[in-house]
Amino acid sequence: MTTKKYESYYVPAQSHWPIVGAIALFMIAVGAANYVTDIKNNVNGFGGYLLLAGIALVIYMVVGWFSNVINESMTGKYSHQMDNSFRQGMSWFIFSEVMFFAAFFGALFYVRVFSVPWLDGAGNNVETAAVLWPEFTASWPLLKTPDGTETTAMGWYGLPLINTILLLTSSITAHFSHVALEQNKRPQLKMWLGITIVLGLIFLVLQVQEYAHGYSDEMQLYLTSGIYGNTFYMLTGFHGMHVTLGCIMLIVMFFRILKGHFTPKNHFAFQAASWYWHFVDVVWVILFVFVYII
Amino acid sequence: MTTETINESLDDAHNDDHHDHKMTGIKRWLYTTNHKDIGTLYLWFSFIMLLTGGAMAMVIRAELFQPGLQLVEPDFFNQLTTVHGLIMVFGAIMPAFTGFANWMIPMMIGAPDMALPRMNNWSFWILPFAFAILLSSFFMESGAPNFGWTFYAPLSTTYSNGSTAFFVFAVHIMGISSIMGAINIVVTIMNLRAPGMTYMKMPLFVWTFFITAYLLIAVMPVLAGVVTMLLTDTYFGTSFFDAAGGGDPVMFQHIFWFFGHPEVYIMILPAFGIVSTIIPAFSRKKLFGYSSMVYATSSIALLSFIVWAHHMFTTGMPLFGELFFMYCTMLIAVPTGVKVFNWVATMWRGSMTFETPMLFSIAFVILFTIGGFSGLMLALTPVDFQYHDTYFVVAHFHYVLVTGSLFSIYAGAYYWLPKWTGHMYSESLGKWHFWCSLISVNLLFFPMHFLGLAGMPRRIPDYALQFADFNKWVSIGGFAFGISQLIFLAVVIKCIKGGEKAPAKPWDGAEGLEWTVASPAPYHTFSTPPKVD
Repeated sequence: MTTKKYESYYVPAQSHWPIVGAIALFMIAVGAANYVTDIKNNVNGFGGYLLLAGIALVIYMVVGWFSNVINESMTGKYSHQMDNSFRQGMSWFIFSEVMFFAAFFGALFYVRVFSVPWLDGAGNNVETAAVLWPEFTASWPLLKTPDGTETTAMGWYGLPLINTILLLTSSITAHFSHVALEQNKRPQLKMWLGITIVLGLIFLVLQVQEYAHGYSDEMQLYLTSGIYGNTFYMLTGFHGMHVTLGCIMLIVMFFRILKGHFTPKNHFAFQAASWYWHFVDVVWVILFVFVYII
Repeated sequence: MTTETINESLDDAHNDDHHDHKMTGIKRWLYTTNHKDIGTLYLWFSFIMLLTGGAMAMVIRAELFQPGLQLVEPDFFNQLTTVHGLIMVFGAIMPAFTGFANWMIPMMIGAPDMALPRMNNWSFWILPFAFAILLSSFFMESGAPNFGWTFYAPLSTTYSNGSTAFFVFAVHIMGISSIMGAINIVVTIMNLRAPGMTYMKMPLFVWTFFITAYLLIAVMPVLAGVVTMLLTDTYFGTSFFDAAGGGDPVMFQHIFWFFGHPEVYIMILPAFGIVSTIIPAFSRKKLFGYSSMVYATSSIALLSFIVWAHHMFTTGMPLFGELFFMYCTMLIAVPTGVKVFNWVATMWRGSMTFETPMLFSIAFVILFTIGGFSGLMLALTPVDFQYHDTYFVVAHFHYVLVTGSLFSIYAGAYYWLPKWTGHMYSESLGKWHFWCSLISVNLLFFPMHFLGLAGMPRRIPDYALQFADFNKWVSIGGFAFGISQLIFLAVVIKCIKGGEKAPAKPWDGAEGLEWTVASPAPYHTFSTPPKVD
C-alpha cells in the first residue's frame, strides 16, 4: 500500500466547555420559561435572574471555548482540511438561520395572501366573513383587525430607508475590509472594518428610535396590534438581534486584528463574521421590500 | 473496497500526547470529544427515553383496556399522549439515529472522528437537559403539555395550561441539538472522506444520513420559528394563530407540517440506510441498484417539502391545494417502491441466513411496506375525510415508526454490537426478542386499522362499547411488546459484560471500512486515512 502523505486532522482533547454550555442553555431555558410564565401571572420570581445568569455563563463559555480554538489555530495545529470544516460548518449554520427567517416570512406571506382576504370573504369564505366579523375589511397593512384593534403603518421612507442605505453600504465596506486583509493592507483593513462596525451600530440606534416612534401615542403600532404589528416587530426584531450579534462578531474581529491576528491566507473567523454580516444584510433587503414597501 | 491492510496499528504511530488520556469515571463522558463515546451516550440516552415513553404508552393502553375511565383523569391522559409522542420522536428515534451516525460514519468513511468534535459533545449534552425540562412539567401545578405532540393552535395557545413556556424552550434546545448534530454530519461527510471515496462510493448508510442531515438543517429552524410564534401568542399577546387579530389557526398547521413532514422522513431515511447495509450482508450479495437507491432517497427528501398539507385535508383548504398535495404525496410511492423493490431484489437468489439483524430487517421491509400502503390510503383526499383523526392514522404512523424506524434501529444495534462491544450478542436471546416483538407489535397495531375504519377517534381516554374487543387485544399486544423490549436490554448488558469474542468481521457477507478495524473498535480509528479504491 502506498502511503501518500496526508495532513493529519486535529481531534481536540477532552473539553469542559460543551458541558458548561449545556448547563448555561439549561439555565437560559428554565429561566426564560419561568420569566415569561411569571409575567403572565403577574408575580415576581427568580426566572429573570436565572436567565441573566445563564446568559453570563454562555458568554463565559463562548469566550473560553473560542480562546481555546484561537490558541490551537495560532499554534498551527489546524490543517487546511480543518479550515474547510469550519467554513462548511458556518455556511450550514447560516443556512439554518435562513430557514428560521423563512418561517416568519412564510407567516407574513400566508396572512397577506390567504388569511386576511379570507376573513373578508375571499375564495369560498363569504359566509365565514358574514357570520364572524361582517364589519371587517381586508387591507394590507392591516390597520384594523377583525376584533377592532387599530394601528398605523410604518412608512418605508425616512428611518427605514436610511437604515437600508446604511446596511447596504456596510456590506460593501465589509467586503473592502476583506479584500484589504487578503492583500495584507492592515491599515485599510482596520479602517474599512471600523467603518462597517460604526454603520452597524448606527443602524441599531436608528432601529431603536424607530421602535420608540412605533410605540408612541402618535403611531400606536405595538407588538400586540394584530397581525401587522406581530409580523413587523417579530421580523425586524429578530433581524435586529442578528445585527447585534453580527456587530459583536465584527467588534471581536476588530480587536483580534489590533492584536495582529489573521493572515491573508488564514482568517476563517473573519470570513465567518463577514459572511454573517452579508447574510443579515440580505435578510434586511427582503424585509425592507416585503414588510415596508409592498 | 479493498482495504484489508488498514488496521488499528496505524493509530499507535499517531497518538500525540493529548490524544489518548481517556479520563476516567464521569468526566470521561462529560468532557469527551470522541465520536464513539458520544455515539454510545446517544444510544443509551435514546434507549432510556424509549423506556420512559414506553412506560407512558403502557399507562395509555391500560386506560384503554376497557371502556370507561379507570386509571387516569382525561387531562392526565392527554398529557401522557402528548409527552409520549414528543419523547418518542425527539428523545428516542432521532437521538438513536444520531448515535448510529456518530459511531459509524467516521468509521465507514475512514475519518479519525467527527469534523467538529467539541460541538458534537455539546449537541449531545444539551439533550438530557431539554428532556429534564419537558418531564419536569409533569410535577408542575398545571401538569405537562396536554395538546398533543403536534401542539395545534389554539389548543397550545388560548387553551394551553401553565407549562407551555417550558415545552417551548425544551423544544428549542432539542432543535439546537439536532441542528448542530446535523451540521456535524454534513461537514464530516463532505470533508473527511478517505481519499478515493467519491460520493457514489460511499456506503448507502452514509448517503441516507447525509440527506437526512440536510433535511434537519432545513426544517428544525422552522420548528423553532413556529414554537416562537406560539410563545408570543400565548405570552406576549400576538395573534399569529388568532383570526381575531388577522392571523389564522390553520397557519399554525401549515408551518408546523412544513417542518413535520420532512421530520417524518428524518425518522425513516436513516432506517433505509441501515437495512440497506444489513440485507446485502446476510444475502451475501451486493446491494441491488445502489445508484437508484441514492436517487430514490434524494427524491423522497425533495418531495418531502411539497406534501405537508396532506396532514390537513379536512381544514377547508382550497380544492386546488387538496389535489396538489394529494398527487405530490402519491408521487412519493414511486421512489419508496424503488427502494422496496431493490431490497427484495437484493435478497433474490442470495444465500441468505437469518441472524437477528436480518430478521429485523426483513420484518422492516414487510411491515414498513404495510405502513407505507396505509399512508397511500391516507393520501387520497376523499377517503382521508373518513380516516382523519381516527385510530387508522395511529396504526399508520406506528407501523412506519415502530416496525419501521425502531425495528431498523434494533437491526442496526444487533449488527454492530460485536463491533461496539467486542463480544457476540446472544443469538438465542436476540431471536426471542425478535419473535416476541414481531408477534406482539402486530397484535398491538394491526387491529388499530379496524378500529380507525370503524370510526374510533384518536387521543381519547374513553370510547364507545363496540370498540371494546379490539382495544382489549391491542392493550394485551401493547403490554407484551413493552415487556419484550426488556429482553433487548438484557441482550445488550450481557453482550457488554462478556460473551464469545467477536472477530474483526463477524458477518461473512459484510462490507465496509468499519470491519477492517478490530472488534471492539479501538478508541481512535483511522488517524491516517485509508486509501479506498
